[in-house]
Amino acid sequence: MIGLQHYLVVSAMLFVLSIAGIVLNRRNLILLLMCIELMLLAVNFNFIAFSRYLGDDTGQVFVFFILTVAAAEAAIGLAILVVLFRNRRSIAVQELNTLKG
Amino acid sequence: MYGYYLIIVLAPLLAAIIAGLAGKQIGRAGAHWVTIAGVGISCLLSLLVLRNLFWGGAEAENISVYTWAVTDGLRMEVGFLVDRLTALMMCVVTFVSLMVHIYTIGYMHDDPGYQRFFSYISLFTFSMLMLVMSNNFLQLFFGWEAVGLVSYLLIGFWFKRESAIFANLKAFLVNRVGDFGFILGIAGIVTFTGSLDYAEVFAGADAVAGQNIEVIAGMPWNAMTLICILLFIGAMGKSAQAPLHVWLPDSMEGPTPISALIHAATMVTAGIFMVARMSPLFELSTTALAVVIVIGSITALFMGLLGIVQNDIKRVVAYSTLSQLGYMTVALGASAYSAAIFHLMTHAFFKALLFLAAGSVIIAMHHEQDIRKMGGVRKYMPITYWTALIGSLALIGFPGSSGFFSKDLLIEAVRDSHWHGQGAVYWISYLSVLLGVFVTALYSFRMFFLVFHGDERMDAETRSHLHETPAVVTVPLVLLAIPSAVIGWFTVGPVLFGGYFGEAIQVNSAHDVLKHMGDAWHGSFALLTHSVVTPVFWLAASGVFTAWFLYLKRPNLPAAIRQKLLGLYTLLDRKYYFDDLYIKGFAAGGRSFGRFLWRKGDELIIDGLLVNGTARSVGRLAGVMRHIQTGYLYTYAFAMIIGLTMLLAWLIWLR
Repeated sequence: MIGLQHYLVVSAMLFVLSIAGIVLNRRNLILLLMCIELMLLAVNFNFIAFSRYLGDDTGQVFVFFILTVAAAEAAIGLAILVVLFRNRRSIAVQELNTLKG
Repeated sequence: MYGYYLIIVLAPLLAAIIAGLAGKQIGRAGAHWVTIAGVGISCLLSLLVLRNLFWGGAEAENISVYTWAVTDGLRMEVGFLVDRLTALMMCVVTFVSLMVHIYTIGYMHDDPGYQRFFSYISLFTFSMLMLVMSNNFLQLFFGWEAVGLVSYLLIGFWFKRESAIFANLKAFLVNRVGDFGFILGIAGIVTFTGSLDYAEVFAGADAVAGQNIEVIAGMPWNAMTLICILLFIGAMGKSAQAPLHVWLPDSMEGPTPISALIHAATMVTAGIFMVARMSPLFELSTTALAVVIVIGSITALFMGLLGIVQNDIKRVVAYSTLSQLGYMTVALGASAYSAAIFHLMTHAFFKALLFLAAGSVIIAMHHEQDIRKMGGVRKYMPITYWTALIGSLALIGFPGSSGFFSKDLLIEAVRDSHWHGQGAVYWISYLSVLLGVFVTALYSFRMFFLVFHGDERMDAETRSHLHETPAVVTVPLVLLAIPSAVIGWFTVGPVLFGGYFGEAIQVNSAHDVLKHMGDAWHGSFALLTHSVVTPVFWLAASGVFTAWFLYLKRPNLPAAIRQKLLGLYTLLDRKYYFDDLYIKGFAAGGRSFGRFLWRKGDELIIDGLLVNGTARSVGRLAGVMRHIQTGYLYTYAFAMIIGLTMLLAWLIWLR
């Protein structure tokens, strides 16, 4: 029988994977964006699991909202990325250190 | 009478505003007509007020015109207290002012600042009237400062002259010292009586005299003594008493009419007037009276001595003014307030006359002021000669002149006061005023002989132009010479002994030397016949004789004496080194102290350490901190996650 904790474990695994992706990835900015998406999905997973478990549909409504916002955010992110590439001819994360003090 | 008082005060103010602001539109003639009309109205109405009080049987009036503010029970008002003391001052001020207005037409004839000058002197008349007519300390202080301001403006009237600017700044600064004491005295009065109104303050004076104040912890001072001395410091500044006298000789940089009006006849006597007005307070403190009489004695004698070595015609008269103000102060200290005010009045006439006569000579000599370059002017300027002679005789107290009555009785009052049994104070004051008589006669006639008699020492060019000055100059001289000569005859009895001032001047009956003298008073003529046996007369006569002997009979002698007494001469010529002390000591010391505060306090501590120092230390800290910032996204993300984890851990386990 698959219970709540199975879902939560999957969600946590996804979340940790996405963190690992953000921290370890040094080359590709697109990968970083995808990791962020993955993180949001992990959170969505939690929402749905709890919504089902508690019998409250509000969580599922939230997920729709998050998906919508995530789509918009991804669009903006990619747009920025394109501009960045145009300017610097590169989207490698390790080269983006203009904020260095 | 209420309406009259307002007109008396406001007419000169209105004239000053018109001449000052619309000077270009109304032109030169317009400016002098409007101001003379304003002051003339004031003068006529003042004489009317005097007449009503003196002969008309009118009562003294104390009216409040306007309440400016009320805070915490303290009323700040504009009001008039018109009693006989005020009325006398009003007449002196407006009459001398009117004469000076007329005289100015001649004296300032070619000056480009003609309208400005008339505006200032009218403004001065307004301020002085506000001062003398006030019924409260606030308005007194307003008048006090306003006359000081006009004095400042007029000393620096020729503002392109370096020396004039120096002199007016000096006058302003020295007066600030006095005014500081004055305002502290007023503050003391408010603290102890809770009122600014004369009547209320005088009513509560006895209660104040019983109290002590510890300005320095552990040293109780009598409150009334402290208040009176502080008020007198104000009077010392305004009436140029030693050691705050240094500004008055320098104030001669101003045009001569101003020297006559402000720095001889009226403004400088404000301090004397103020002390007389405060007689109910000063009478309660013998210590304060001792300060007054000693300061007055020092000024009377030592400032007179300085007059002997001066060569600038106006400065001689200026030192004479200082000395005469000292006489008045001595009279105040001897509780002979009426004698002080009487001498103030006669002095206003004859000293204004002397200044205007000096100015007349200066005009004729084409603005040459050095008496060594004059001489023998007598035959060219007969009117000026005779009026100056009257003025000089009045100044030395020649029997029968106005100065004779005031000075002779003043000295007699000092002699009879015995000064509360204090031998030292008594002898200092009495000997000072006695010797002062000789000195006065010496410097007055030294100047008189050097200017009007003897060899003609001016150059041929000046001599060829030398002639009597026009009527606008000589008419005021004559009009001032008349009271200088005769006013003493018929005013001395009522003013000094007839209880003229009534309630305006209150003297403790134990000190009342004038009342004592009044018992032996047999009229002016008796005093005149009696005068030849007094030391005063012989001292004055020997002074004149010495002057005649030294400067006419043996003109080479003064130079020889100077050689013999070079040390003394230098001391006098350097004015007892007061100027050096103040300029090198206080002024330079103040400047270097200010410089020290600027360099060390401002630049080093505030700018360097606090303001720029803060910025620099923030910068240095930031220089260290910035090495944490790598600029890589994953570092920040990692830091965020670590932070989040720690926050979660804290939420779960530590709460």
